Amino acid sequence: MKLLTALVATIALNCLPAWGAVAEPQPEACDVPASFLESEIDLTRVTQQLKDKHRLDVTVLGTGSSSLAGPDGAHFAYPARLEDTLKQQLPGNEIKVTTHIQPKQTTANMLGGLDKILAEDHPSLVVWQAGTADAINGVETEDFRSSLEDGVDRIQAAGADVILMNMQYSPRTASMLDVSAYADVMRRVAQQRNALLFDRLAIMQYWNDIGTFDLYAATKKYDMARRVHECIGRALASQIISAAHLDAVRMQTTR
Amino acid sequence: MAAVKHLALPRLALTSATAAASPQPPGGRDLRLDLFRGVALWLIFLDHIPQNVVNWFTIRNYGFSDATEIFIFISGYTAAFVYGRAMRERGIIVASARVLRRAWQIYVAHIFLFTIFMAEIAYVAATFENPLYAEEMNILDFLKQPDVTIFQALILKFKPVNMDVLPLYIMLLLFFPPMLWLLIRQPALALAGSALLYVLAWNLDWNLPAYPNGQWFFNPFAWQLLFVFGAWCALGGAQRLSAALHSRVVLSIAIAYLVFAFAVTLTWYVEPLGRFVPNWLSDWMYPIDKTNLDVLRFAHFLALAAVTVHFVPRDRPWLKSPYLRPAILCGQHSLEIFCLGVFLAFAGQFIISEWSGGPLIQTFISLVGILIMVATASLISWYKQIEGRSPTGRSKPPDADLAGGEA
Repeated sequence: MKLLTALVATIALNCLPAWGAVAEPQPEACDVPASFLESEIDLTRVTQQLKDKHRLDVTVLGTGSSSLAGPDGAHFAYPARLEDTLKQQLPGNEIKVTTHIQPKQTTANMLGGLDKILAEDHPSLVVWQAGTADAINGVETEDFRSSLEDGVDRIQAAGADVILMNMQYSPRTASMLDVSAYADVMRRVAQQRNALLFDRLAIMQYWNDIGTFDLYAATKKYDMARRVHECIGRALASQIISAAHLDAVRMQTTR
Repeated sequence: MAAVKHLALPRLALTSATAAASPQPPGGRDLRLDLFRGVALWLIFLDHIPQNVVNWFTIRNYGFSDATEIFIFISGYTAAFVYGRAMRERGIIVASARVLRRAWQIYVAHIFLFTIFMAEIAYVAATFENPLYAEEMNILDFLKQPDVTIFQALILKFKPVNMDVLPLYIMLLLFFPPMLWLLIRQPALALAGSALLYVLAWNLDWNLPAYPNGQWFFNPFAWQLLFVFGAWCALGGAQRLSAALHSRVVLSIAIAYLVFAFAVTLTWYVEPLGRFVPNWLSDWMYPIDKTNLDVLRFAHFLALAAVTVHFVPRDRPWLKSPYLRPAILCGQHSLEIFCLGVFLAFAGQFIISEWSGGPLIQTFISLVGILIMVATASLISWYKQIEGRSPTGRSKPPDADLAGGEA
């Protein structure tokens, strides 16, 4: 599947102008072909909030891979990069990204604090990064599925759109940590619950395959990790703007 | 039956005299079993290398079931074939003892593979570091408590990625002697009992616990159905089914189901096709559960088997063609070749991730892996041959299960 997506993506990349290129010039050449971000699902609550209130409240729920260690890690991690990109792309709107990182927590554990977070943040969009901790802990895929479905239902009932973000592509740990079954669950839950999927796994693999990043590399430095998070933040912003049909909003406000 | 025994001997080529003297009597060695088990072993090897272009050719991408079903079914078939004869000729004690010794050999092989796996993990843990993957590296936490991990591995609760099939096989063999006894006396009752256990496991959520969490990836209470069904077929069930297998209706249903499964599988890989699967169907169909041998998977295997049996009768002369010999050889030494395949998959993946992982390298590694499997199988056959001729050797091979009729 990954190969096919990569193949389609490569063809798309060569035949069509990359979607990100429509936006402003990017210092990182990590554009993601539109096929990775396209979806028939609309982020109606996001569109609504921006239209009515000129504001967007995003909540990011995640585990370790939604954060970065090191000096000023939170600033370099993708949630902050998402916030900055959205601010740039949607000027005149108040953008707030609130992050709740719960390291090593399985999806079932994350459900515990979900209602409180939803009540406090009042988001119109929740980006839920999940699956890695479940795979590490060997949670049954069926239990993972029901926790995920339960969480998505609760978020949607609280009036927010949902983007599910799957695992990182991590080739060096692939022989010990097989995430594919969990990624399949996330794909199906997203399909069935009308949620968007941010396919971080496929996107990172694509970057690795075309040589944007060498994800096999061993390093103690933070440079590459920061650049990857920057790119994930941007790709996520692109997906949100596309699925909420915000190009129109952007036009209006920048005019 | 004595002639049968000789057919079961590993030979690089059957002499035409032997072949002519015994025109495949019922119960004789069925080369199709070796052939398809050999192919299944290759496919399992390929599927165990995650980043591999050649995976596109393995059957799991074209339907619900995969090589695991073929492997377990044929293992059940050959186990009944070999130990069933032992049980009839030498009694329940001898046959059971041999089944249990086989389980022990598989256990030792499993622990050997675990050691290799640990070595690889420890190497990665010592050499790989990247802040991007801080979360993923938590998988290495178990290295911090080897006392717990190794013990849990010894009692088969801790099974790293891709090391789930042999523990399943061990459990199936441990409970095989009483099942075999029943299969010989009351085959229908035995099969019904197996089906009942399968249904109970589904309804009561029976499975064995795993470490650190969850349950066995291959639920033995569910997968035993396939193993017992294979055994049942070997002990006369196949003949009982032969009328059904040759009916056009059954064949049409099987083909229709295979086409349906192929169409559904296609929607997994070509996303836009997903909209053609109606919601009621996907609600009913998904998840297609591998852990508990989903009925859809079992049915897919049955359909595949029915079509195969129809189009490849056992007396096809081309089954003895030298081109099929490599697969047949691998199928005849399934335990050794299976273990080797798991090891080669580790090694191949290691090469891909440590050095280079382009499609060419992946194809090359896949081909070399299969060649090594074939070469090893030939070597094992050769060893068995020279041991059979050695002065201390008996005229009959000491272990039918280790010779061609390996369970």
